[in-house]
Parts: sequence; structure tokens; C-alpha cells
Amino acid sequence: MTFIKKLSKMGIVIVDYGMGNLRSVQKAFERIRIPAKISADANDILSAEKLILPGVGHFKMGIYNLASKGLIDPLNRAVLEKKIIILGICLGMQLMTEFSEEGNVKGLGWIKAQTKRFSFASNEFKVPHMGWDSLSIKNGDTLYKGINQEDLFYFVHSYFIICEDEKDILTETYYGQKFVSSFNKDNIYGFQFHPEKSHNVGLKLLKNFANFSI
Amino acid sequence: MFRPRIIPVLLLKGSGLVKTQQFRKSSYIGDPINSVRIFNDLEADELIFLDILAAKENRTISFDLVKQIGDEAFMPFAVGGGIRNLKDAAAMINAGAEKVVLNTIFIENTEVITEISKTFGNQSVVVSIDAKENLFGDYKIYIKDGLKKIALHPMIAAKKAEDFGAGEIFLNSITHDGMMQGYDLELIKQVSESVNIPVIACGGAGNLSHMKEAFKNGANALAAGSMFVYHGPRKAVLINYPEKKELISYFN
Repeated sequence: MTFIKKLSKMGIVIVDYGMGNLRSVQKAFERIRIPAKISADANDILSAEKLILPGVGHFKMGIYNLASKGLIDPLNRAVLEKKIIILGICLGMQLMTEFSEEGNVKGLGWIKAQTKRFSFASNEFKVPHMGWDSLSIKNGDTLYKGINQEDLFYFVHSYFIICEDEKDILTETYYGQKFVSSFNKDNIYGFQFHPEKSHNVGLKLLKNFANFSI
Repeated sequence: MFRPRIIPVLLLKGSGLVKTQQFRKSSYIGDPINSVRIFNDLEADELIFLDILAAKENRTISFDLVKQIGDEAFMPFAVGGGIRNLKDAAAMINAGAEKVVLNTIFIENTEVITEISKTFGNQSVVVSIDAKENLFGDYKIYIKDGLKKIALHPMIAAKKAEDFGAGEIFLNSITHDGMMQGYDLELIKQVSESVNIPVIACGGAGNLSHMKEAFKNGANALAAGSMFVYHGPRKAVLINYPEKKELISYFN
């Protein structure tokens, strides 16, 4: 029985909803020798050991794509009922919030948070925030093991999230203002930055994510 | 602490890498895929590939080559050269490119910028502005690899690109290209002040001090060609990239 159970486990599944460059996430896992499958299949999602919700692009389009591919229901079941650990990256993270100013639409609502647009009076801080930035680590000792405050991660975003509950915040970053650069609520994780594009520190973080359990 | 991106720009003539001076006098550098592998090892932030013959020859940068780059590159990369519509852009992005660089089409059919931006998000649309200063200190922009002059100031062009949905401006100085004597700081300053989106400065970088000057003058990212493909006063071909520690100390 255990043998069958092992076979049916999918490992890491990268959810394919037609937004952005999924291959770069898969390649990052290949580099650390952890198999990760790109899939839009509900069965794969429900039997995954861990899920990745990546994505680049418009929030409204992201929600629309998830809905039109019939992925919202299996994702809700996997994340809220089966408590499968999931990591949202960039847009994938923002989609987990309750609402976004980008298109003024509701998100998946898995975390008490809102997605807002950067808006600065001066043009000293350009939008999108594109480049390397550090993380000020508040929580998440296991996930951020071996990562320190000097390590820089790759960001590309015009929108950021605000968490209602302070204790959900893992890290904060400053770009013209303080914003949440990663969060965790139960089995749900989100990174605003791209670990898959952050070279060695990013790979270290993905390795931590792949290896830890709650 | 924000650190700007340092971006090698690799020019292609079809399938070979070249480097130019003032958009002319191109010299052969080597094989693009091999250079991607080296930049992987050196942990380059991002790469830009531009086929400088594509627009003139009415074709796009080779789709097969973009796919090969996509299979190799561990960093985000942008591609440009003859991309004329949403279909071309989609093909490049699906082949693994994060961004497309648009130049000629930005002037000839600006709506295409909006279309691509709406489909893939503005972070994937880079408008390239090639600028040159005339004898009277007045800047104008050029298309078709610097061959055709357009009666538009780079500041106006950059603002227009932003309004139509570009997520970044890739600003090239034609006169400074390949000279390695420093960026055109006045041009960078003017254009950066006129837009709210990031400006990638290019043309003239010879060392990290040049990059720091450009950053101080408003550039959000620093690009260079010669600096990353040549080594030493005799300009021996050698792919190189600064160390992370060096970058952090420079831009802190």
C-alpha cells in the first residue's frame, strides 16, 4: 500500500494557468535536482506534495485564466481542505489575496490581505519596482535558514500586498515605502520576489521550501 | 537596499555575436549560446539580445535561437530585432524570453505596444530609444539600427512609450556606443526625469564608475556591451561580469 501511495504522490507541481514563464521556475528546481512538473490537471494538483502558483501579468487576467481553466475549485480543495503546502510567486502570491486594485477584482481570498498599486509623488522610485532588493526577516526561521539580511532577491512588480494580520508577515522590503515581500498563513506561502531568478540565494530558498514540512 | 540591475547587451547579426562602435564597425565576438553559459556561471542579473539586422531585413530575431537561449539562460532575458506585432511578441515570450524590445515598430505602429502590454503586462514591454545629439546639442531619435532619423526628442518619445504601455525604456546613445568613455549623462538625466517607468541606460560604459554616474543621474538599470565582452586595452574578447560583492559595495 505504501508503495502505491508513493507512486501516486506527484512531488512538486507548478500550476499552469497560462500566465508567465513557468519554465524558468521548473529550470530552477532542475538545478537543485528536485523534480517539478508543470500541470493544469486537477488530479495532479490534488495529489501534489507541494504546489507552486507562479505567474507574471495582469491580476484580472490571472483570475480569469484560473477560472476558465477550471482550476479554482481544485486549488481551493487542495489548499483549504487537503492543506497542501503552496507557494505563490509574484502575481501568484497576489492572487491569493482578497482583492486587487489591478482590475478591481476579487482574488482567491486565502489570506487576509489586499493588493495595491505603488504610487509615489516623485519619480525617484520608478514603477515597476525592477531590480535587486534585500529582505528584512520578521518570521520564518525554517524557510529562511541560511539566508541573511544582506542577500538580494530579484523583484519585478507594480503592485504590492498589505497583510491585515502582522503575524502573517515573513519579510518586509523597502522601496519608497515598506511592503510585504513574503508571507505565510498556515500552509500558504507567498513571495513577491522571484526566487527562480535570484541565482544562488534564490535556489537556496527554493531548496528550503522543497525540503521543509509543517 | 535597492541595487540596480547590471545588464550585458549582446548584439547579433543573424546567429553570430558582434559588437559595434557608434552603431557601425561591427566586430565578431563569438557564439551566443556559449556566452549565455558563461553569463550563467558569472550570475549576470539579466541579458538583452538584439538582432541589429532584423528590422532592415524585414524579419525577426531568430525564433530558434531565442528558444535555445531560453533553454540555457538562468536569468531573465529580453530579445529584440524586427518584432512587429503581438504574434511575434507572443512567439518570443513563449520561447522563454521575459521581455521583448521594440524599436522600429514603436514609431511605425505605436498601438502594438499597448496590445502587447495588455496581453503580457507592461513589465514585458521594453521600448528601445536610440538617440543622437546633433551639432547644436539637440537630441533626436533614430530607428532601423540608427539609419532613419525621426523628428522626435527622446524625452517626448519616452513619455509616449510610457503612455502607450511600455514598462521600461532602453535608452541608447548612438555616439557613445562602443566608446567605453562613459554614458551620455545629460541624455539619461533628461529621459529619466520625463518618465515614471525604469530607464535602462546603454552606450559608453567602460567600468563600474561609469555605471554609478549613470545611476546617480536617474538610470534604474545599467546596460553595456563592450565592457562585458572585451578585456584589457587591446580589447581581447573575454566574457566577464563584476562580482556580486563588488556590485553591492559600488551601489550601496
